[in-house]
Amino acid sequence: MDIFIQQLVNGLVLGSIYALVALGYTMVYGILELINFAHGEVTMIGAMVALTVIGVLMGAAPDLPGVVVVLAGILVAIPACMALAFAIEKIAYRPLRKAPRLAPLITAIGVSIILQNLAMLIWGRQYISFPALLPVARFHFLGASISLLQIVIVVLALVIMAGLWLLVEKSRLGRAMRATAQSREVAQLMGVNVDRVISATFIIGAAIAAIAGVMVSAYYGLAHYYMGFMLGLKAFSAAVLGGIGNIAGAMLGGLLLGVIEALGAGYIGDITGGFLGSHYQDVFAFFVLIGVLVFRPSGLLGERVANRA
Amino acid sequence: MKRVLDSLRRRPRLAFALLTVLLAALPFIMGFGLGNSWVRVLDFVLLYVLLAIGLNIVVGYAGLLDLGYIAFYALGAYLYAWLASPHFGLHLPFWVVLPIGAAFAGLFGVLLGAPTLRLRGDYLAIVTLGFGEIIRIFMNNLNAPFNLTNGPQGMNLIDPVRIATFSFGKPLHFHGLTLPPTYFYYYLFLAFTLLAIFIALRLQDSRIGRAWAAIREDEVAAAAMGINTRNLKLLAFAMGATFGGLAGGLFAAFQGFISPESFTLWESILVLCMIVLGGMGNIPGVILGAILLTMIPEALRYIGDLQRATLGHVVVDPSDLRMLLFGVALVSMMLFRPAGLLPSRQRKREFAAENGVAEQEQASLYDAKA
Repeated sequence: MDIFIQQLVNGLVLGSIYALVALGYTMVYGILELINFAHGEVTMIGAMVALTVIGVLMGAAPDLPGVVVVLAGILVAIPACMALAFAIEKIAYRPLRKAPRLAPLITAIGVSIILQNLAMLIWGRQYISFPALLPVARFHFLGASISLLQIVIVVLALVIMAGLWLLVEKSRLGRAMRATAQSREVAQLMGVNVDRVISATFIIGAAIAAIAGVMVSAYYGLAHYYMGFMLGLKAFSAAVLGGIGNIAGAMLGGLLLGVIEALGAGYIGDITGGFLGSHYQDVFAFFVLIGVLVFRPSGLLGERVANRA
Repeated sequence: MKRVLDSLRRRPRLAFALLTVLLAALPFIMGFGLGNSWVRVLDFVLLYVLLAIGLNIVVGYAGLLDLGYIAFYALGAYLYAWLASPHFGLHLPFWVVLPIGAAFAGLFGVLLGAPTLRLRGDYLAIVTLGFGEIIRIFMNNLNAPFNLTNGPQGMNLIDPVRIATFSFGKPLHFHGLTLPPTYFYYYLFLAFTLLAIFIALRLQDSRIGRAWAAIREDEVAAAAMGINTRNLKLLAFAMGATFGGLAGGLFAAFQGFISPESFTLWESILVLCMIVLGGMGNIPGVILGAILLTMIPEALRYIGDLQRATLGHVVVDPSDLRMLLFGVALVSMMLFRPAGLLPSRQRKREFAAENGVAEQEQASLYDAKA
């Protein structure tokens, strides 16, 4: 039981990070029907930029409290990622908006390769460790040990999700985004500046991704130029699991995938009688994903698309 | 250049003869002109052409976006390694192993295709991606409890292809000339690739090929026309997987060593890039895409020399720059030719039509206003 609670907590932490990244995928998909493959790399760049700023600040002002240093890192990473996402959309996706569906997918993959290798050139091939700046208080709850960082990650993620939900449901920009997702042409006729809305979607997703990137590197204590790939893949799976294009679905899918993965890693050995070890964690997540999609082809919260021509 | 091509088009026999001579002489031209390592690159070009043609059946013909295609390549390769290496002590000849490997991969194509039949578009993509990863992770971990795949170390000492008493594994010495094995494999791969091209071309215009095109364009309408969409989609998966398994077996024999490293998601994506970049659904385009995307990274190995020649010393490690430039090439080629370098005639028409349709609709909208 202790293990269960512990893994559940770990899963929720991981899941809230997945959910944040998944939001970026699902928002872009909802409007453009494009798998923005480069989104995972944007997350990675967020982590890298934040770590660079943190490193510089620690050298320049060693007396600053750790929390302030990390916050400064996040505050630089967010606009950096926003600018990056804006540029990516403008250069790689916008010219292809009327092209066959797979063309922007290929440029997305190309951008992803470019960002990964650029990051490798700038930050090197080695793992960069996240300095121990944050307080390491631990709480004990029902036999599970929970760190302050884990609580902060989950709470912050929930706040961001609530904020995004408010933005999409209540604000003028959110209404324009929903209209554009329904029909780009009609939204345009109603006076929505579609190009600006699409840019805004990318930028908001990137801002959230930057925070998620810092979270993930703080949580694991590591950052690496390749970290965005698997994270992006998992997050995209989470978005699909919840029903891609659906914001609540991305949140649900992310949390669920994180929990499934953590529980799977904890119990897969027992379930299979020691036949499969915890390195099958990823398999577990994919099996669940496939299982869900076989029975609910448009994800958990996705709308059932009628068979229409 | 265009005049030469036009006159060749009028003389198909001459063109065919020239092409035959060129393909036959190519490894010698490359080998003596650029060095023997380029013959190896040629071999890989042919393997990737084979893979791209297989994936093109699934993605280009039937319109099913498959991101886990490399799994079938892996299955073919591992089956070859199981049946022809010291791992289980089996040493079956390659003409027995290759068909078994291809059939094995084809069977898995059906098995993996079956649960995905109801899925559309990007949901299908993520599920196939998941299958690809599952197979790779199993390959990576099935060294315990019983050693099936030797885990991340991979399997080595795989038998080379042997025809009668002639082994492809050793270089041939002939009148003071030494031909490395890459030359023989070139001709073997060429034979299989030509066979695959022939099959793919014949399939395209067959009843099956037309049914696939119908499913790709509109599944509901295709079903209404009496096409058995379930069987045909499964057939597309199976045929694509068979080509993948065949290429995998050839790869295992050629390399003599396989490990899960060779079958990552990036490989699936690379093959997909080949067919989209070249021009989906169009065999010459697919071939061109496979050639370009295999050659470009190899050619980019020379940037080290280029830097030394122009700047005097190596500023940036070429192996770091290589993939970066590859990404740039991918993006810019797609921006210039969104429909692919050599789009199929049908796709070209659709691409042109789409703009026309949009304009028409706009025009009628304005009419209603006035």
